[in-house]
Amino acid sequence: MSPTAQAAGNAATLDGATKQRTKYRVRDLNFYYGKHHALKSIDIDVYEHEITALIGPSGCGKSSFLRTLNRMNEVLADTRCTGSLLLDDEEIYDRRVDVVELRKRVGMVFQKPNPFPKSIYENIAYGPRIHGVRRRTELDEIVERSLRGAALWEEVKDVLKKSAFDLSGGQQQRLCIARALAVEPEVVLMDEPCSALDPISTFRIEELMEELKQRYTIVLVTHNMYQASRVSQRTGFFLMGELVEVGATEDLFERPKDKRTDDYIRGRFG
Amino acid sequence: MRMMRRLYQLETEVATQPSLVAGAPKVASLRHTFEQQLAALQDDILRMGSYVSQMLVVAMQAVSKQDPRMSFHVIEMDDTADFMDLQIEHTCLRLLALQQPMSRDLRVIGTAFKVITDLERIGDYAVDIAKTARRLASEPYLIPLTDLDRMATATEWMVRECIHAYVEHDLDLVTQVVARDDEVDDCYDRLFTDLLDRMERDRSLIRQGTWILGIARFLERIADHAVNVAERVHYVETGELKQLHQDRPNNDHRP
Repeated sequence: MSPTAQAAGNAATLDGATKQRTKYRVRDLNFYYGKHHALKSIDIDVYEHEITALIGPSGCGKSSFLRTLNRMNEVLADTRCTGSLLLDDEEIYDRRVDVVELRKRVGMVFQKPNPFPKSIYENIAYGPRIHGVRRRTELDEIVERSLRGAALWEEVKDVLKKSAFDLSGGQQQRLCIARALAVEPEVVLMDEPCSALDPISTFRIEELMEELKQRYTIVLVTHNMYQASRVSQRTGFFLMGELVEVGATEDLFERPKDKRTDDYIRGRFG
Repeated sequence: MRMMRRLYQLETEVATQPSLVAGAPKVASLRHTFEQQLAALQDDILRMGSYVSQMLVVAMQAVSKQDPRMSFHVIEMDDTADFMDLQIEHTCLRLLALQQPMSRDLRVIGTAFKVITDLERIGDYAVDIAKTARRLASEPYLIPLTDLDRMATATEWMVRECIHAYVEHDLDLVTQVVARDDEVDDCYDRLFTDLLDRMERDRSLIRQGTWILGIARFLERIADHAVNVAERVHYVETGELKQLHQDRPNNDHRP
């Protein structure tokens, strides 16, 4: 990260009356797909109960970065990660870390809604069940709480036995969010959660994010910088594997420090 | 009407030159049309700025030459200034809604939005001065206009140069405009005390003195609006919103 980006990050931690606790502290993170150096010395802090948005053109590394946050990149062959990535002051790339436990703490929602080919109820109950919840009443409770948390309960409470595929795209995405919430994560990673949705469903998910941030920490990757400006408190701009600039969202969109950020958000790339 | 024509021209220019939209050269911006519209917005601000600046100059000539025709001319000009204000506001709203500007573009448009209000007010004060000038036209001046002339020169300069600073992105000029407001304020304080003295000594001066005091007050307000414009230029160029001119504590006695 450039010195200006560093300064922007620091300024954001200092100003504002509600100083947030740091959830992730990332320092000098490098990531490689084979020989390809996909993330170059990333430094960023993610604060608790905030939405941190990551923007940048396709292939800039924002999704790769998101996947390092719950070690999702490891499922790909021939990848390598160096540097420090602390979650609550714990190194998540430490050998002693249980990846299943990590991914329970750090849930993920993807671009295209990907419900399991099961009933609505089973989609939610699946996670808690493999984590050892067996009692029916307890599962019922979790299903209701998760669906309420994802603002879907009122729409599906009478059809829980129906297949998840009967839901609309927007409802399926909220179901996937509910599924992520069912195991009571601390962080929710969202990779372009609205890019396959119509504007109404998009606004509903954005509203939902606003509510979710009271209880969780959210990291959002989005192509849509207007979405970033609408929902996030902090925004980071990625370009060619580099985190060019990170800071308070309003500062980044009103007075970016780096010329490359300025060119990108003003649509001035030639 | 000129404004309408300008807008219309712009739209036809864009429509009839597809190369501007589709086949723009590789190195140029992806938002060529938008950039042109922003440039046109700056042109419009410049046009409105020089227009109200002209209103002020003519209004002060109406005062010094005691010529009611000039007063009438300024009052007539006000309709056009108001129309420009509305047109530019409309352009700003359209650009905000359709282009969702960011960064400097956002600051340019947000600033245009604010600046036209200041310019429109300057035009209104010029009209107030012109109306006062009509009342002053009937008898010869019994009070020397030296301080008022000095105030007018400084204020006219501030109005002209704050617009220049906006168009030329000139931060040095911003500093100079802000600094010159002190001169206007000093002049006003001096003129105020002096006129009060004269009117106390000679009651027959009260009528004329009060009108002149009114004009001085209008000039002082105009200068403050020029400072507002200068502050906006500072914001466009630096991204920092702040009051550049500090009110001095010794101004308390003023009306």
